[in-house]
Amino acid sequence: MASSSRLLALTLAGAVVVATAGCAPQKEPTPTVTAPSCAKDSLPTRTPGKLTIATDQPAYEPWFAKDKPDNGEGFESAVAYAVAEKLGYARADVAWTRVKFDTAIAPGPKAFDFDINQFSITDERKRAVDFSAPYYLVRQTVIALKSSKIAGRKSLAELRDARLGAQVGTTSHQAIVDVLKPTSKPQVYNSNDDAKKALQNGQIDGLVVDLPTAFYITGAELTDATIVGQVPQVGAPEAFGLLLDKNSPLTPCVTGAVGQLTEAGTLKQLEEKWLAQVAGAAELR
Amino acid sequence: MARAGRGGGRAAVTLREHVPSEAQRRRSAYRHRQTVHSVLVAAGSTAALGTLLVVALTGAPGWDRVRQSFLDPAIARDALPAVLGGLWLNVRLLVCCAVGALVLGLVIAVLRTLRGPIFFPVRALAAGYTYTFRGLPLIIVLYVLTLGVPGLRLQGMPPALVLGGLALVLTYGGYLAEVFRAGIESVHPSQLAAARSLGLTYRQTMRHVVLPQAVRRVAPPLLNDVVALQKDVGLVSLAGPIDAVRAAQIATAQTFNYTPYIVAGVLFVLLAIPLIAVTDWVTLRAARRQSGG
Repeated sequence: MASSSRLLALTLAGAVVVATAGCAPQKEPTPTVTAPSCAKDSLPTRTPGKLTIATDQPAYEPWFAKDKPDNGEGFESAVAYAVAEKLGYARADVAWTRVKFDTAIAPGPKAFDFDINQFSITDERKRAVDFSAPYYLVRQTVIALKSSKIAGRKSLAELRDARLGAQVGTTSHQAIVDVLKPTSKPQVYNSNDDAKKALQNGQIDGLVVDLPTAFYITGAELTDATIVGQVPQVGAPEAFGLLLDKNSPLTPCVTGAVGQLTEAGTLKQLEEKWLAQVAGAAELR
Repeated sequence: MARAGRGGGRAAVTLREHVPSEAQRRRSAYRHRQTVHSVLVAAGSTAALGTLLVVALTGAPGWDRVRQSFLDPAIARDALPAVLGGLWLNVRLLVCCAVGALVLGLVIAVLRTLRGPIFFPVRALAAGYTYTFRGLPLIIVLYVLTLGVPGLRLQGMPPALVLGGLALVLTYGGYLAEVFRAGIESVHPSQLAAARSLGLTYRQTMRHVVLPQAVRRVAPPLLNDVVALQKDVGLVSLAGPIDAVRAAQIATAQTFNYTPYIVAGVLFVLLAIPLIAVTDWVTLRAARRQSGG
């Protein structure tokens, strides 16, 4: 009787030890103190010699094309390959993996070297993950119904007589007031949903939203709407960054690669090619 | 008074200066002391409460931050023109909607008091209207009229502002109709009987006997509803137009400082003061008239 209870106690104690070990905080990668070498051979990627890049499933247009990140088409796919190339990885050395948006920004071990999925850089997210330097600054965009008088207009001057609307307190509203400066007062709505209704009703000619939202609205919500064009940058834009594990040793190298691409004007070209030309969000000048 | 009169009787003969009695002097001295005492007590308690409020407010740990984000004079000055511009929309809309709602309310109230079986559908419709629009949240009426109705894409659809005004008239018309009806029903039946016995028709009775009394009686609650309407007209902004509160919201979003809301709030109170003063004056006058003064 006595021995069996001792056995039980031992078993319990053992279980507690195992459980505690299981709950112990995982070792987080420590930031590299020395100046990191960004040569391909010394990069501590998940699979040595390969670069694992993640995005969500499905990967939406125009960020990717046909839900195939590895075809190099679409803005983010092109950016990912450009960054890989800067780091010294050939196309064949890039492996794609699929990670849900929410999983990627949550703390915890990562199944990728970096993730590209329209992640806005915020201080809140920076507490859980690392971001590279921004590869894209979100632009404001005018959308209109295909039947609207302003569909197909090419310049800011041509939009002066348009009745424009936006959601209250957004950069989009600021873009109307500061850049588009229409002759009629801008219409302001509580939400983009109200504004979309007004656009459908023809109460406004054009709705100003940021470009990712514009793609979503014209692609999925109001299929009879189209993008008129992108407005020059205004205010403090949202910035998209490549997402890495917290304190990843790769962060400085990836940031460096993005910085070089920005300086060389490659990112600008990719944005022009994939967002303005292929996706039809022309620049309003 | 009675004592002074007795003294006055003697004064008519000798014109002697009136000397109040010892008791009277003691009484007035006591009254004087009491007056001074109450003034002092009132001043003291007001000062104590005021100090307490000021100390509680300014001594609060977050007071500095609250003052910065709600009472910044520079931001108030910057936001004032935009908020005033928005307030002008409120004022115009208020005037139009108040007139519209008063007329609609009166018509509905008169329709609801029509007698006779032939008018049953009219009465039922009027009652249905007051039931529906008093029960329906204003914001939903606004959504349906300003974002729903234009979706019909009919010819000559008025702008969102007019449709929003219509929503306000419909909603407030329902309340005002019930106030008018209460006024009409408060007129004593003997008044009607007297009017009819003088040979006045139903219409003449309503026009010359019932409505003048009814409207006078319900003037204070009517004006009260107009004051409430003044604050609600701004809700039209959900359809796009920029009213005072919306202008403040935009200014707040630009600076992340809530001072513009306070500016709008102060302007609304200033706008309401004349209306409220008129309401009080009308109430007082009605009370005086009723007591036969």
